Amino acid sequence: MGIKGPTTEQLLDMYAAMWRIRLFEEQAEYQSGQGKVLGALHTYIGQEAVGVGICAHLTDADYITSTHRGHGHCISKGADVRRMMAELFGRVTGYCKGKGGSMHIADFAVGMLGANGIVAGGFGLATGAGLAAQVRESGQVAVCFFGDGAVNRGPFHENINLGAVWRLPVVYVCENNQYAQWTPQEEITLVTDVASMSSAYGIPGAQVDGMDVLSVYQAAGEAVDRARRGEGPTLLECKTYRFHGHNFGDPQQYRTKEEISDWSGQHDPIQGLGDHLQREGVLTAEEAESIRNSVQEEIAGAVRFADESPYPGPEELTRDVFSTPVA
Amino acid sequence: MSSPTEARQLTFSQAVNEAIREEMDRDHRVVLFGEDVAAAGGVWKVTEGLLDRFGAERVLDTPISEAGIAGLGVGAAMTGLRPIVEIMFGDFLPLASDQIVNQAAKTYYMSGGMTSVPMVFLTSMGAGRRLAAQHSQSLQAWFAHIPGLKVALPSSPHDAKGLMKTAIRDENPVIFLQDKVDIYQKGPVPDPSHEYTIPFGRADVKREGEDLTLIATSSMVRQALDAASELAAEGIESEVIDPRTLAPLDEETLLDSVRKTARCLVIDEGYQRYGAGAEIAALVGENLFYDLEAPVRRLGAMDVPVPFSPTLEDLTIPGKEQIVEIARQMFED
Repeated sequence: MGIKGPTTEQLLDMYAAMWRIRLFEEQAEYQSGQGKVLGALHTYIGQEAVGVGICAHLTDADYITSTHRGHGHCISKGADVRRMMAELFGRVTGYCKGKGGSMHIADFAVGMLGANGIVAGGFGLATGAGLAAQVRESGQVAVCFFGDGAVNRGPFHENINLGAVWRLPVVYVCENNQYAQWTPQEEITLVTDVASMSSAYGIPGAQVDGMDVLSVYQAAGEAVDRARRGEGPTLLECKTYRFHGHNFGDPQQYRTKEEISDWSGQHDPIQGLGDHLQREGVLTAEEAESIRNSVQEEIAGAVRFADESPYPGPEELTRDVFSTPVA
Repeated sequence: MSSPTEARQLTFSQAVNEAIREEMDRDHRVVLFGEDVAAAGGVWKVTEGLLDRFGAERVLDTPISEAGIAGLGVGAAMTGLRPIVEIMFGDFLPLASDQIVNQAAKTYYMSGGMTSVPMVFLTSMGAGRRLAAQHSQSLQAWFAHIPGLKVALPSSPHDAKGLMKTAIRDENPVIFLQDKVDIYQKGPVPDPSHEYTIPFGRADVKREGEDLTLIATSSMVRQALDAASELAAEGIESEVIDPRTLAPLDEETLLDSVRKTARCLVIDEGYQRYGAGAEIAALVGENLFYDLEAPVRRLGAMDVPVPFSPTLEDLTIPGKEQIVEIARQMFED
């Protein structure tokens, strides 16, 4: 069965969304250098096609779970970059009132159930969201984003098995960026094609070029449709690459400059889609520049919003530990 | 209609079963899952009959995957259900600890109050069934230590039912521990037509007395009451108080009693070192040091893995004799 689209409008939205992730994170790194963004910062730069290509099939009612590398997922699902930047700045106007930071941004209004500081932390949450959707017969789908590092944690096995045996509407999306923090994947696992592990759970597996948003879009469409039809999960592996280090400031002694420049020079997902759109006559070079500039403005506005926002006061400290019981 | 005073005799497991049944009737968002909870009705018969009543959409048998099902519960709770997840033995909570401690407990706070996690981890605790070191522990202190978790551990079928109903209605993750040594013990429970809940953070005075406060949890309450009877024959009147929940803890009721008696012994079946008894003893010491007639004492499980052989196991669990002995010491000069 073929997946229709994407429409021209969707293509242009995806192009803008990938720029939004790229420029948001470049700015976040700059602000980290300025001391405005505090703590750990794990960027998605290079992996933009995965989140954007998959979330193009989801509505605000659908759910996603994320990872410590979560900004791209937030933006792909439609989160507001102003409240995201404010969260990175530790301000009370941030999504989590400054109590979560980069690794915990969530936006329930758009179905983003949260970045997660625990590798493999999202498997249970996404599978549980799938159960809730199934119990309600709501037609909602839950997507679990995770990295190749998470495959070696138990919840990968426990939750994919559960999702499979209960035919839950979940898509398990492995963003295989080939490094578990600083360790190359092939040094710590013999099976580097994560999609092949689907056979252990009796569900379909698919592997796509995660640097090509159109390939991701096609494969994701089939997996999301299958989940929505009530036929259960798919394990979708997107081969990708993080252009920056594990975290901002990572000296990256575990890989060569040549490897990085090969990937960023020849496989940049934004460049790839931009070239495609220009070849197809959908986008001119001027229009591409204009989209980028417009996103740049948006990010500058996010920084202004964050910078002008207050820090949380001490009254926030003990709020939100427990939710008030309702009978 | 029978009156509330015409209480029936129910076991702990029947009482908790009735609480779950009533709450599942009341709220369609409540679902139940765990290992062998559906078709088999649970190893402690706590979930017997619930599959027939509510169907396989709401009562589900799971694989043996504690981390998986705990996480599943958190995700379902975040997205509109109110799951009860059974973890068969409290000793298996460590398998699910990341989901309990890092996900369930912290989601509400980390998200700035965006989403609560209304769910119950229903589990068992305690020694005395000759199940050895991996099926006999009382790990309540681990979870009471974590901000964002509530911990309930009833000492009677009546309290078990009322606390379970509150746990299910609570907007936060609750660890609910049933003491398996008492799980088939019967006690009075009001007729279902008399609905009741027991609020968290409200201790219950199980026996009134003027001379000594015995603060006890779960099956240790029964031991404390037995000890109190023996001590009464010697002229020592003990007040026995069950906090019923360790988090939140009803500090006021505990301190009021010790203020009156000036002597306090805490009995909790968790390992004594860094246990719930230590926390409560510290609370009393910090607040009432100058009112005390004797040092605060505590009794917990011995700091050894729970042994299998009955001659050894019985030595590790606090009992009536030890309570009486320590109480007597507290009245010596």
